[in-house]
Amino acid sequence: MKTMIKVSAATAVACLWPAIVGAQALDSGDTAWMLTSTALVLFMTLPGLALFYAGLVRNRNVLSVVMQCFAIACMVSVIWVAFGYSMAFGGSALNGLVGDLSKAWLSGVGLEALSGSYPETVFVMFQLTFAIITPALIVGAFAERMRFSAMMLFTGSWVVVVYFPVAHWVWGGGWLGAMGFRDFAGGAVVHVTAGVAAVLAAIVIGNRRGFPDTPMPPHNLPMTVMGACMLWVGWFGFNAGSALAADGAAGMAMLVTHISAAVGSLTWMTAEWVKFGKPSVLGIVTGMVAGLATITPASGFIGPMGALVIGFAGGLGCFLATQFMKRTLKIDDSLDVFSVHGIGGMIGLVLTAVFSAASLGGLGLDDGVSIGGQLGVQVLGVLATAIWCAAASLVLLKLIAVVVPLRVSAEEETEGLDLVLHEERGYNL
Amino acid sequence: MKLITAVIKPFRLDDVRNALAEVGVQGMTVTEVKGFGRQRGHTELYRGAEYVVDFLPKVKLEVALTDELVDRAIEAIIESAKTGKVGDGKIFVTDLSQVYRIRTGETGDQAI
Repeated sequence: MKTMIKVSAATAVACLWPAIVGAQALDSGDTAWMLTSTALVLFMTLPGLALFYAGLVRNRNVLSVVMQCFAIACMVSVIWVAFGYSMAFGGSALNGLVGDLSKAWLSGVGLEALSGSYPETVFVMFQLTFAIITPALIVGAFAERMRFSAMMLFTGSWVVVVYFPVAHWVWGGGWLGAMGFRDFAGGAVVHVTAGVAAVLAAIVIGNRRGFPDTPMPPHNLPMTVMGACMLWVGWFGFNAGSALAADGAAGMAMLVTHISAAVGSLTWMTAEWVKFGKPSVLGIVTGMVAGLATITPASGFIGPMGALVIGFAGGLGCFLATQFMKRTLKIDDSLDVFSVHGIGGMIGLVLTAVFSAASLGGLGLDDGVSIGGQLGVQVLGVLATAIWCAAASLVLLKLIAVVVPLRVSAEEETEGLDLVLHEERGYNL
Repeated sequence: MKLITAVIKPFRLDDVRNALAEVGVQGMTVTEVKGFGRQRGHTELYRGAEYVVDFLPKVKLEVALTDELVDRAIEAIIESAKTGKVGDGKIFVTDLSQVYRIRTGETGDQAI
């Protein structure tokens, strides 16, 4: 029962914390784990995701993707302090559509302020690392062709219009959380939003020159594997940290996260082996990311048996989605952000309704809620998130295109973004 | 004097070098190259995106020889580079009008 209290506190902590401040004292164990989780999640972006993406592009663009991840991390941090945290976790405004500005410039977040049983400064930092990785994930969609200035304008405005409101809907006391929508660590808030924005950006900005006929193989797969392994470890902070306490829920979240990563990897590897004849390194690590993205919304609600199924569903579903996007639709979502994160997040959110049920090894649905009822809420949450994100991303890209061209010229694209946009080379061999 | 240019499979290089040394060849230049012939390229697959790689890695050897060594050297290369499969490579023989040794200024057969 303690577990369930923690879990529901996780989704509603920010709106409730004025009440909690009086009720709970600082717990050094919780504080230590949240500090650790925060570091783990930042490590996922820098250097994890940056290296993962850097290895996947061609050598003339290796610095550009690292630069994009790095610059996004810095820019989002500043916006977060100014008003982002307040938009996500301030008091609800507009019927739960967005947070108010009561916490702008981190007003009231001092040494003594608590969020649950740990300092609010830690909560601010923990949530900031999520706000950083989400736009950084989108970079994979428009890699190797987007202008840096346009990228900054897009991701900077996108977190304001999409990420902060959706975080508020789900975690900040907004309308989706109030409906009982279950997204433990960001299946909707992080992965669906990043995935949907990615596919929109890929369509609006257009395919890379030569796609899909010209070979564009990854230039450094060992670098990609290193980044992927950092993501796996960092994800323990992402999911087990989302328990917002050092307790049984955190332990179970870490366990199911690990299981899903392993099963997702094996599933993708096997699917590739059967379909194309060879098990590949890129395949096994991509399956790992798919398994992790898929378990993310479910990780605080399910048990190990559910994790086995979710890992399998994520691995297979994302594998099929990738083939469909590349081979049938021929959309150049270059590093498969939608197929892996978007589809994985959606599968995970839907299956959360199923495997939360105590009869299926989960930690239990809320009293009086059936699997079917929860499923309805989950589907509504996915649709609301995807539609808002798609519409907002499209409008933002079209507006930015009026101010600066979204992509570099054909000649610059051939020369490579490293030299053209940053006047540097990744390799001086 | 002749210049022999041989394009061979990379994994045969050590054998070819030893075979040439045995017939008395005293120097050669080796370059890693890419190309294609009747051995077609291969495919690479990344998350389902299939790329046909036309140019395969090969090794190019250049050896300058006196006329009396040419036939034995060519025989040595053929024997040591041959696997019997498509893609074993080619040997090109061209006339060499002059050779200079930079250190001493010697020319012709003396310089080889």
